[in-house]
Amino acid sequence: MQFTDDKPIWRQIYELIAMRVLSTEWAEGSRIVSVRELAAEVGVNPNTVMRSYENLERDGIIFNRRGIGFFVSEGAVEHIRGLERQKFMEEELPKLQERLALLGLSLEVKSKK
Amino acid sequence: MITTKALSFGYSAFRPVLHNISLKLDKGHIHGLLGCNGIGKTTLLKLISGIMRPQQGEVRVDGIDLAERRVDTFRELMIIPEEFDLPNISLDRFATITSPFYPRFNRNDMHRYCAEFAVNPAERLHSMSMGQRKKAYIAFALACNVSMLLLDEPTNGLDIPSKGVFRRLLAGYVDDSRMVVISTHQVADIEQLLDNIVILDQQGVALNATTAEIGAKLKFGKATAEDEVLYSERTIQGDMAVMRNVDDEESQLSIELLFNATTANRNVIAAIFEER
Repeated sequence: MQFTDDKPIWRQIYELIAMRVLSTEWAEGSRIVSVRELAAEVGVNPNTVMRSYENLERDGIIFNRRGIGFFVSEGAVEHIRGLERQKFMEEELPKLQERLALLGLSLEVKSKK
Repeated sequence: MITTKALSFGYSAFRPVLHNISLKLDKGHIHGLLGCNGIGKTTLLKLISGIMRPQQGEVRVDGIDLAERRVDTFRELMIIPEEFDLPNISLDRFATITSPFYPRFNRNDMHRYCAEFAVNPAERLHSMSMGQRKKAYIAFALACNVSMLLLDEPTNGLDIPSKGVFRRLLAGYVDDSRMVVISTHQVADIEQLLDNIVILDQQGVALNATTAEIGAKLKFGKATAEDEVLYSERTIQGDMAVMRNVDDEESQLSIELLFNATTANRNVIAAIFEER
């Protein structure tokens, strides 16, 4: 896996998992691969991958069943969409608007909660 | 756990290499051992693995002084030197002869690792290229399932796909009962594997911190006017800086920048990691 240098690796793995959930490759309610399996798949330190899982758990996208593993939470897809929308509105859209203004273009975005 | 206390070593009275090295390396981590040429990384690995004995100070492995030279200590320690000589026999034969020293050796594991590296364990080691031989040795070392694995410049001589295989195998190897120590100059090859960084310099251990601690204390990238810049260098992407991290936002760690910052500004960086 190729990593970019604009954010920490644990964050990039967080987003990789969120995208797998969003694309329903990993369905709600199903068990996801273990920290060690994913670490070996992407060639990243397991403690770093553990940080991604902990943050996904804290954000309610996955949950831990002791001794069994991590599962995708019910409603995770809608939850990720909400987080992604928020990120788009707060981070990506202002940059886009700046660029549009620079190029003399305009765009209307309808906000959806 | 590996601990060294006031470790000193020199190859002659005129050429001291390591001076007063006190270091603690925990299991459950992949430690990156970094330092300029000639600073003593290889010497330190040789002292930790028991190949050489310290002139002053001590090395303890799981609390036991390495000087006691106990079998149950050495069977948990494996080192792959940067350069090595293997006999002209197959890896399978080599494993048969050598593996009795390592009770958890698993031949199936070795064959699986060989398959990943596209190395034939039945081929004579001398008819392999240098890179193939290194991969064969790494496959054997991993299959010994020791709890402390020391690797000196392991990616030297590996082709591009093999470096990817190496990262995946190492990421799958480490768990709470094991540690890996990697000494290297090729930080880009293993940056994502490391979760603890040890930097050696002339004065000893300049830094020993987990990547999580580093991310919480330091920020890497382009500086703005508000940032407290600790170190900065010109690159093709503009000025890249190491800054004090004052908010919760974490940036991607750049080991190269961290290393250069620590080399240039040792005391400033050390002071930040002493703050709790």
